[in-house]
Amino acid sequence: MSSRKSKSNNIIHAECLSQVQRILRERFCHQTPHTNLFGVQVQYKHLIELLKRTAIHGESNSVLIIGPRGSGKTMLINHALKELMDIEVVSENILQVHLNGLLQINDKIALKEITRQLSLENVVGDKVFGSFAENLSFLLEALKKGDRTSSCPVIFILDEFDLFAHHKNQTLLYNLFDISQSAQTPVAVIGLTCRLCLSEDRSVREVLQRHFNISKNLRSLHTLLMLALTRVTVSHPFLTAADLMEANQLCSMDSKANIVHGLSVLEICLIIAMKHLNDIYEEEPFNFQMVYNEFQKFVQRKAHSVYNFEKPVVMKAFEHLQQLELIKPLERTSANSQREYQLMKLLLDNTQIMNALQKYPNCPTDVRQWATSSLSWL
Amino acid sequence: MAPYHTRQKIRQTYSWIGRPLLDRKLHHRTYTEICVKIEGCSTPVHIQVGQFVLIEGDDDENPYVAKLIELFEDDFELHSKKRARVQWFVRFSEVPAHKQRLLGRKPDAQEIFWYDYPACDSNISAETIIGPVQVVALAPDEVIPVDLKNEKIFFVKLSWNEKKFRPLSPELFAELEKLQESSPKCQKSVEAMTKNIESPAWTTTEQVVKRIESSHSASKSRQTPTHPVVPTARKRLELGSFPRTPHTKISQPTSQASLDSSGRTKRKVNFSETTSQTKRSHLYRSEMSSPALKIPEKTGKVQPFCAKDVKKASPKCCMILRTRVPALKTTQINEERTLTPVKGGQRPSVPSVVLKPENIKKREAKEPETQNQATATSHRIRRRSSLLTLNRIRQQLRVLENNKSDQEEEEFLPTAEVSDSSSEEEEASTPALSRRNTRCISRNLRPFLKPSIQTPSKTPKKMAKSRTPRCATPQIRSRNLTTPEPASMLEEARLRLHVSAVPESLPCREQEFQDIYSFVESKLFDRTGGCMYISGVPGTGKTATVHEVIRCLQQAAQANDVPPFQYIEVNGMKLTEPHQVYVQILQKLTGQKATANHAAKLLAKRFCASASPQETTVLLVDELDLLWTHKQDVMYNLFDWPTHKEAQLVVLTIANTMDLPERIMMNRVSSRLGLTRMSFQPYTHSQLQQILGSRLKHLKAFEDDAIQLVARKVAALSGDARRCLDICRRATEICEFSHQKPDSPGLVTVAHLMEAIDEMFSSSYITAIKNSSVLEQGFLRAILAEFHRSGLEEATLQQIYSQHVALCMMEGLPYPTMSETMAVCSRLGSCRLLLVEPSRNDLLLRVRLNVSQDDVLYALKEE
Repeated sequence: MSSRKSKSNNIIHAECLSQVQRILRERFCHQTPHTNLFGVQVQYKHLIELLKRTAIHGESNSVLIIGPRGSGKTMLINHALKELMDIEVVSENILQVHLNGLLQINDKIALKEITRQLSLENVVGDKVFGSFAENLSFLLEALKKGDRTSSCPVIFILDEFDLFAHHKNQTLLYNLFDISQSAQTPVAVIGLTCRLCLSEDRSVREVLQRHFNISKNLRSLHTLLMLALTRVTVSHPFLTAADLMEANQLCSMDSKANIVHGLSVLEICLIIAMKHLNDIYEEEPFNFQMVYNEFQKFVQRKAHSVYNFEKPVVMKAFEHLQQLELIKPLERTSANSQREYQLMKLLLDNTQIMNALQKYPNCPTDVRQWATSSLSWL
Repeated sequence: MAPYHTRQKIRQTYSWIGRPLLDRKLHHRTYTEICVKIEGCSTPVHIQVGQFVLIEGDDDENPYVAKLIELFEDDFELHSKKRARVQWFVRFSEVPAHKQRLLGRKPDAQEIFWYDYPACDSNISAETIIGPVQVVALAPDEVIPVDLKNEKIFFVKLSWNEKKFRPLSPELFAELEKLQESSPKCQKSVEAMTKNIESPAWTTTEQVVKRIESSHSASKSRQTPTHPVVPTARKRLELGSFPRTPHTKISQPTSQASLDSSGRTKRKVNFSETTSQTKRSHLYRSEMSSPALKIPEKTGKVQPFCAKDVKKASPKCCMILRTRVPALKTTQINEERTLTPVKGGQRPSVPSVVLKPENIKKREAKEPETQNQATATSHRIRRRSSLLTLNRIRQQLRVLENNKSDQEEEEFLPTAEVSDSSSEEEEASTPALSRRNTRCISRNLRPFLKPSIQTPSKTPKKMAKSRTPRCATPQIRSRNLTTPEPASMLEEARLRLHVSAVPESLPCREQEFQDIYSFVESKLFDRTGGCMYISGVPGTGKTATVHEVIRCLQQAAQANDVPPFQYIEVNGMKLTEPHQVYVQILQKLTGQKATANHAAKLLAKRFCASASPQETTVLLVDELDLLWTHKQDVMYNLFDWPTHKEAQLVVLTIANTMDLPERIMMNRVSSRLGLTRMSFQPYTHSQLQQILGSRLKHLKAFEDDAIQLVARKVAALSGDARRCLDICRRATEICEFSHQKPDSPGLVTVAHLMEAIDEMFSSSYITAIKNSSVLEQGFLRAILAEFHRSGLEEATLQQIYSQHVALCMMEGLPYPTMSETMAVCSRLGSCRLLLVEPSRNDLLLRVRLNVSQDDVLYALKEE
């Protein structure tokens, strides 16, 4: 009786939990604009004021929002635009143009995109633009025709702004800022970038109005929390510090060390030999022959722990390491060069090797000792 | 303006009123009235032929305006059988941007232009009609009456034929003036009196039809005094007026007075005279072509108001002369095209005669303007009054739904129809660029032409030609939200401080202004050419000064103080490619379009070869350095043209660098540039202070100390006036932000400005480092330590990692894994705090600092 009761209880409990999990997952995964803003309220207020002034007063403005990746730049602007569009009078009277530096890779494409988003095409009909120059003068004429009081303000949002600065002559940026600084159609140019300085800008008069800097990356926090969330089960209904620690470990796991865990003993031995070579020759590059010799020295001394493999077998193991990109050739492999003598570099740090060895399952003691000191066989 | 009801939003049903009149040749049934019933609105709107209507277009806020000429049902039309023929009007916004300046003044919001352009398709679906509207014709120098600033009324002052704005026609004004006293006010009172929705609107509009119509016919009749036949255009009068409401009585006498010369007898003659076809067709030809040919010469003297326009347009005189002959040719083409439908149906009596240019000239020479206006009016009064009585009778009959009226109707309609087609033909005569066609296409998917047209192959070709983006009028949608006036002092200040605000004067550049002015002026007087190179760092007022000089010179030219000149401006940054400069210059000079190579040839011919006396061209080339090419041919040409005697070209070039000629130009280019150079020095702090003072005249928004502070700060750094204005603008925002109480906005103080300056000039790197995470800061420390150890400014990731691990161990922190360190490194790299190699190099990737080590140390020490 009581057991049945607790069972049904458990089921309800499980449903609740899965629901909670679902909601939380949604919150972490999707960038919902209606979540609250933390830490950027001041900047948000500035931005919204600025946009309102463009939308209502027809004042041209330009803003550059700077912040490292995952610091909420896009969320900030989306949030602001949403609020702006909620104002009824404004939403009818505003045009938005969204551009992304990764998509509009040159000014020509960007211009076409602007024309499309401003739906100026209907004026042109189905006519394909003759040339870039025609397109530019067409668009400039369109924007020039307006004035502060009568034409619709246009908000340009340039994501990955720094990439636009790489376009030839920065024609697009110059013209956008030129419009914003002259009595033409009111525009607000909002650039989003993670670059901190556009010092390369030669002729574009940059109006760096605000710097938004939020330090930590929200996205990584979200992944961390997601991982922790998956650990919530019926028997374990609440997140604990231990869960978070574990999730954190998962996140911050060293990927190379994990690869090392899956290597054979022979390959481990080769890596240890390389490490010793690095220590002896102070980071100078090595070749297969050197590694093989080092390995031979070890095997001859401690023959009982490691089987003395043939040279071609060792070579095979060496090539496997190269495929795993744990070692890297200095020059490109040419067909006629002897593979034994090609110069290589190890892509593992000493600490990494030692840590990996600690956790390596069934590692022969001799090998472990050899790893700590190159002279241990003496 | 309230959005109009269009079909997309509100369903409207259209139905004919009255019995149709069958046109046997075209299988049309013509009507005189259409009823528009709007869903949800009880009273249907009646629209009659001759009324002014709004026609649905692609812009809901600004529908097209047109006059209804004919209503008919066409069974061949697939999409909508109810058709209408209209005479278009254009809004100023529909005029191509580059032609708008031809107007020479700011158009009133309600001003529209008679679209004197025949190539535009006038056959539309009747179901695109939104509703009636009121249009009032005014003399060009008249101001639009303030009390009539109603959105539903439009004013016509000029006509637009894609080339020029012209007065409606000189003869119109005398009559209009007479009409002027009564009509608007009367209409106003009428409108006030009656609460009826539609009747006041259409009564006025109808009067306007009459006015316009009569003027047209008057001008026509003048041209053909010897001919026994009087043009038929005025027949429409009767048609438009018969369902007259009693309200219009007030304005009746004036409209009668303005009526045209032909009496009823003459009309009858005309009505029976349809047999003399050849003569009449000749007559029509002459009428058609004459306005286009004559008016350019005429307007200047007839219209003192137009003098300005003409002068402005005069630089294009040579172009006009050149295009005149082709224009004539197009007349012929148009002629053929537009005539065909007529031949097909409505007026079977007129054979399509191909127009010979000689023929026109002869006609024109033969026909002096001798018509007497006085007799005309008397005739008209008589006819008018008789008409009026007739109409009243008709109306009563209609009210009683007496079928007898139909007989009368039939009696009137044929004449009306003839007049319609003739006036249409007249409209169809003036050749011009067929821009309106493009617009018709974009209006909606309305079929253009009746299927009865015999030459279908011609029209599509024409369409295709006109569908270039140049002909289209690009425009950003206009807003229907009015911009609020600045509410507070700070807002006002912000408005004035915006870089785009044009100041009345340019302080601190008087000397430069004077130099440039005298340079250009002297060249204008001497009728020679020359170059000038103007340099200066950004934001020192180069372009603004030159614009001011040109503005002053243009004013002086208008006052005949200096010889007239043509001004062209190109900007290197606004070109996609240096050679495009030729295309732009040619287009602005002559309106021609050509490829870069061809344009260069044409320009070279124009500037180097032509010996004909022409006026000086002033060419401003902004951002000259962008015109650099490997061969430097663009710059070479720009500086070579002025050296020719015939060119009369003054080239003003602007660039940032002072030594551009020495640095990038070849000797032969820089020698042609000459030595006339001017450099704009960066503004000093007192100058910046003066500039700010002049912008904020009579506006106490800033503390004096604050202005001085920002002026000194900016002058010490760059002397860029733009930067200075931006900082002040930002400071007003901060000030507004900090004063939460709206009633006491307060002055912008030094503290606010300091904040703004800090925002502008503070290094973003330092803020970024300060705000970065512990791990990132630790990594930066490790970089510094590694640099210190190795004595180099570069290290591999591996080295830095070992340093990082060591540092962490020293502080007893858990050290990060390699993967984490890589992530940190690439994050800092994407911010450009570090310069890193591509990450495929893995441990071996080399890292450099993009900031000075001291900055990093400073930022890290701070906390």
